[in-house]
Amino acid sequence: MTAITATDIVVKVKGTTLLHGVDLEVRSGEWLSIIGPNGAGKSTLLRAIGGAIKSTGSLRIGDDELGSLSGRERAQRVAWVPQSPVVPPGMKVLDYVLLGRTAHLHPLASEGSGDVDVVESILTDLDLHPLAHRHVSTLSGGERQRTVIARALAQQTTILLLDEPTTALDLGHQQEVLSLLWNRHQQCGLTIVSTMHDLTLAGSFADRLVLLAAGRVAAEGSAVDVLTEPNIETHYGAQVSVRREGDTVLVLPRIEPPNSSESTKPDPNEENLR
Amino acid sequence: MTLRPAAARITWLVGGALLVLGACVLALVVGPTDIPRGGVLRESVDRLTPFAVDSGLSTTQESIVWNLRLPRVALGLLVGASLATAGATYQGVFRNPLADPYLLGVAAGGGLGATIAFINRWGDAQGAFDGVQIAAFAGALSSVAITWVVGVLGDRSRSPTSLILAGVAVASFFTAMQTFLQQRNAEDIRQIYTWFLGGLTTSGWDETLQLLPVAIVCVLVLAFSGRTLDVLAVGDEEASMLGLSVGRSRVVLVVVASLLTASAVAVSGLIAFVGLIVPHTVRLLFGSSFRAIVPMSILVGAGFLVLCDLAARTVLSPAELPIGVVTAFFGAPFFVVILRTAVLR
Repeated sequence: MTAITATDIVVKVKGTTLLHGVDLEVRSGEWLSIIGPNGAGKSTLLRAIGGAIKSTGSLRIGDDELGSLSGRERAQRVAWVPQSPVVPPGMKVLDYVLLGRTAHLHPLASEGSGDVDVVESILTDLDLHPLAHRHVSTLSGGERQRTVIARALAQQTTILLLDEPTTALDLGHQQEVLSLLWNRHQQCGLTIVSTMHDLTLAGSFADRLVLLAAGRVAAEGSAVDVLTEPNIETHYGAQVSVRREGDTVLVLPRIEPPNSSESTKPDPNEENLR
Repeated sequence: MTLRPAAARITWLVGGALLVLGACVLALVVGPTDIPRGGVLRESVDRLTPFAVDSGLSTTQESIVWNLRLPRVALGLLVGASLATAGATYQGVFRNPLADPYLLGVAAGGGLGATIAFINRWGDAQGAFDGVQIAAFAGALSSVAITWVVGVLGDRSRSPTSLILAGVAVASFFTAMQTFLQQRNAEDIRQIYTWFLGGLTTSGWDETLQLLPVAIVCVLVLAFSGRTLDVLAVGDEEASMLGLSVGRSRVVLVVVASLLTASAVAVSGLIAFVGLIVPHTVRLLFGSSFRAIVPMSILVGAGFLVLCDLAARTVLSPAELPIGVVTAFFGAPFFVVILRTAVLR
């Protein structure tokens, strides 16, 4: 079953075309990662899928056109983890995560015990329960990111959009956050569409990659198909070595120290994916 | 650990209500005319509750309690609650700590309406509705409507910033018109200036009963909108992705808060400071969730204005101070103390 079908998506902002007719299909329970250099339109595509930015073309969530859904209905199906979430000063973790219940509540209503139960279970799953009464602004980067993800999970949607979920996190926290998402993806069949800069992590966690360049789909497929040296050199303008270690595709920057010719020599033991 | 979402806790609400009650009792028993305190309270119980109690007061004293002190305290409660609630709502809707109920030009519009009414002697007519009040109300609402139109024309997304800037422009224009009219009618300036400083002078229960229905409905709507204001605090885009209808919510909240402010301004003039300082004080004492700020602002605003009015009519008795002077004079140092306590905590 298809979770998201995007056909000929065009996004124009103030006369500049950011997406030029993008086609995309995301299956239910799939993790799709959108990769691409800065300015390729990754976040724009994600926001178009979420309905946060106007687009032309056809966008379907399940069997329904995105435009036919009310904001409330949309938020019951699609949750979004923004790249730079706004954290209101003085707001506590519990109250912040409870904001995720908005789409399930009447405009003048407060959360009931059922809503608190949902959030409590998520806080426990994400090891945030002891932090429930801490101010979000006092949390570490990893804790804060888990809190934002918890708010999105509190929406109880089947689709989760993640905009650079590991940016600004150290290596340990990157693994922690992605493992947490991976578990949700595996256990609950959550459909995930993420944008990511770290190509190795993107390839490791996603079922499929879409490489965007200048607002167009440049490549699509498995990590092995998309993360190739020519693709990366062409679209990122980066010199990289791509290696395979088991199922993992490693993308390593090739650093050439000044006046060093030896460092550019290929490693004879390297399994090159050119 | 029990998880309890942010809300105005029962103990806070009860404590706040007791403080308001205390302020009301104090404001009833203290006044320029010496009336036995027990008699004042018995008379109040007799008049306001189904219980028949003999107050033991003379007819004149009964009249002072019923026609002067009680309506004035009631008006203080309504105006204080209205301005503080509207201020808290504006601060949430516009995500701006400097927002007060006069942000979108209510003060300038109300001021222009009142100025026109004073110049044309509309306030001299007899009847339940005073011409100055009607003109101030109409001016206040007109200015918000114009601000809204200008703000939306300038920015179709109706962002808080464009509305605030439109409010500044409209307020400046209305103030310029006001100043022009005042200069051309210098003989009315003293009267107009007194209105500008605000006051709770009443003629029986008319003002209170005029404000009562609007205040009850609007304050109730806003009291239940704390959660919506909390959602708006994460920004329009995120709030929309959480399922909130951002545009509609903002329109409803601004209309309700503006109606409340305009109604309060119509009966009490421009009482400064309450709408700005009370929500901030509440935030420092009870946390930053609007689910606590709005209900507590209702109580604190009501009690604060009743006490300020008590000071306004007793400090220079039998003369009266403009209440706007008192709200600023006592409110500013009080806020500094609260701010310092909260920072040190």
